[in-house]
Amino acid sequence: MIDRLLSGDRPNSRPLALVLIVIALALAFAPFLFPGTKSLDTAARICIFIVLVASYDLLLGYTGIVSFAHTMFFGIGAYGVALSLSALGASFTAILVGVLGGTAVAGALALAIGLFSLRVKAIFFAMVTLAVASAFAVLVSQLSTITGGEDGLTYRIPRVLTPAFKLLDMRILDVRIDGRLLAYYLVFVSALVLFLGLLRIVNSPFGRTLKAVRDNAFRAEAIGYRVIWYRTAATVLSACVAALAGALLAIWIRYTGPATTLSMEIMIDILLMVVIGGMGTMYGAMIGATLFILAQTYLQSLMGAAEHATGMLPLIPDLVAPERWLMWLGVLFIVSVYFFPDGVVGRLRSRG
Amino acid sequence: MSETAIRPKLVAASAGDRLRKAAPLLLAPVMALAGLIAIADPATWLTLTVAGLAMGLMIFIMASGLTVVFGLMDVINFGHGAFVSVGAFVGFTVLAWLAGWTENPAVIMNLAAVFLAILASMAVTGVLGLAFERVIVAPVYGHHLKQILVTMGGLIVAQQLIHVVWGPDAIHVARPQSLRGSVIVFDAVIEKYRLFAVAIGLVLFLGMRHVLRSTKVGLLVRAGVENGEMVEALGYRIRRLFLVVFMVGSALAGLGGVMWGLYNETITAHMGSDLMVLVFIVVIIGGLGSIEGCFIGALLVGLLSNYMTFLAPKVALVSTIALMVGVLMWRPEGLYPVVKAK
Repeated sequence: MIDRLLSGDRPNSRPLALVLIVIALALAFAPFLFPGTKSLDTAARICIFIVLVASYDLLLGYTGIVSFAHTMFFGIGAYGVALSLSALGASFTAILVGVLGGTAVAGALALAIGLFSLRVKAIFFAMVTLAVASAFAVLVSQLSTITGGEDGLTYRIPRVLTPAFKLLDMRILDVRIDGRLLAYYLVFVSALVLFLGLLRIVNSPFGRTLKAVRDNAFRAEAIGYRVIWYRTAATVLSACVAALAGALLAIWIRYTGPATTLSMEIMIDILLMVVIGGMGTMYGAMIGATLFILAQTYLQSLMGAAEHATGMLPLIPDLVAPERWLMWLGVLFIVSVYFFPDGVVGRLRSRG
Repeated sequence: MSETAIRPKLVAASAGDRLRKAAPLLLAPVMALAGLIAIADPATWLTLTVAGLAMGLMIFIMASGLTVVFGLMDVINFGHGAFVSVGAFVGFTVLAWLAGWTENPAVIMNLAAVFLAILASMAVTGVLGLAFERVIVAPVYGHHLKQILVTMGGLIVAQQLIHVVWGPDAIHVARPQSLRGSVIVFDAVIEKYRLFAVAIGLVLFLGMRHVLRSTKVGLLVRAGVENGEMVEALGYRIRRLFLVVFMVGSALAGLGGVMWGLYNETITAHMGSDLMVLVFIVVIIGGLGSIEGCFIGALLVGLLSNYMTFLAPKVALVSTIALMVGVLMWRPEGLYPVVKAK
């Protein structure tokens, strides 16, 4: 049963399996284990980013394509839901329309970019996506009549998903059973389904062909696989899943703006999560996203403490200030590409 | 054996063939002409064209290093923008030190200050390029995926270090006295600094062309782009050549950073990575590895974005993407694809 759910892709390492089970259980029971708004928010973000990072890994780790447009697709999904909720009012129909619309647009755009820039060289794709994504971000902030510009869009979601809605009049384990809890489980279940779906895809014959294309495109072509077709299909799939993750984010935070969905910083975060977790394994996405978001939420206050503690010394306080955390991530990123190209998952697997 | 049998047959290229070869060269004038028709007002058009040329040449300065580095060693440097930012900040620091010279009305003093700033930032970014190549790029030769990731990491670290040294805020850069204001030519208002930028850009392009075409180093670089292994087999150390090219490319990016900082009069740590978008578009349009293509691509992008900023400001950046798409539809490997003998 579990084997079928995981599509036969077992963790293959006892410590890795343990870590994954802990993460999955913690996320499944997050509202009861870690009460409080901030921790619930962190848990929901982890769910959403696991899907986002896993969909990016389908490109980077399984197909060997570097894309810088993943946040664009993420943003398209989020804006799809945001726009339709603003226009049609707070209803589930609006959410459905937004999700379908956003995913379709993301898929079509990915198809166009893929068909015209994957023809030549994979490296073209990285540069083209970088250019297209920045242009898109600029366009979104310019067209402020539609998108709200830099301020973004704030909208209402169906009442069933807000804290004002009471499902049960009692508390379970001292937790109120309200709409917010429902919203969390909507996010969690969707993320779980999408993640298992991605796991299914990479373990299908299609996924195996992607790996063949990654390892030796020339050979794959010679055997008779249309490499461009497989690369483009992977691009479109990952764009669609990214758009769905964006839609989840839009529903969860009830706000969509360039800073939360389209910025280059999020793209870099995604890259870091994939590399730290381990490229080419879906489980890496789980570990990478969890570690990264926990660090982002809680490590910065630790760095603030370090800044105060080293306040007497020259230069060092500047280097350990919380604002500099991106720098250390950059260093960590370079080091992990050199020394741990397989990430946490690769390490754990090679041991066990 | 009759003599006619072995005589090589020289067939003159047909007019169509010659046109196809020269077509990329015609693109920039065609673009300028199209701009004139769309804008309709010659004075405005002249202002925008000079602005476009200035912008295009500055982008060319930044992009040239990137494209040659790729052509020579198949290394793509996503951290190239870091050199632009560092160059701009070093240039700013030097200009601030020389405030007495820049506030002086004498043209000579102003130009001396600018040239000192340029030299300083080129020196710093050149050395930085050396370190970048040794520490970050060298371990991942021949591995595009890792190169993209690692150089991106290098870019993040460099930007954050700029924050540490110069603070996180945007900094205002004052142009020297004699480069402020504008002159009026045929009713068109042209900023003095833009003329200055065009002059420097053209001098650099001609100089680069001269080095690449008429010197031994240039010959080696061109040969290396075409077939690196053969150059190595003939006894030249292509790694050392490459290191030099990488340093020069980084120094040119630093130079571009100073010029761009003076052009915009504000500098930020992420100006380099913002500019990289245009630089990549230019490099793709020109064909990876080609200097001439890069030059034409830069002029096209500069002209187009200035015309579009005037005609439809909201879609200026999107229009350059459209240009790139158009060029790639026409020539999938860019205007002048570099033929690799591999």
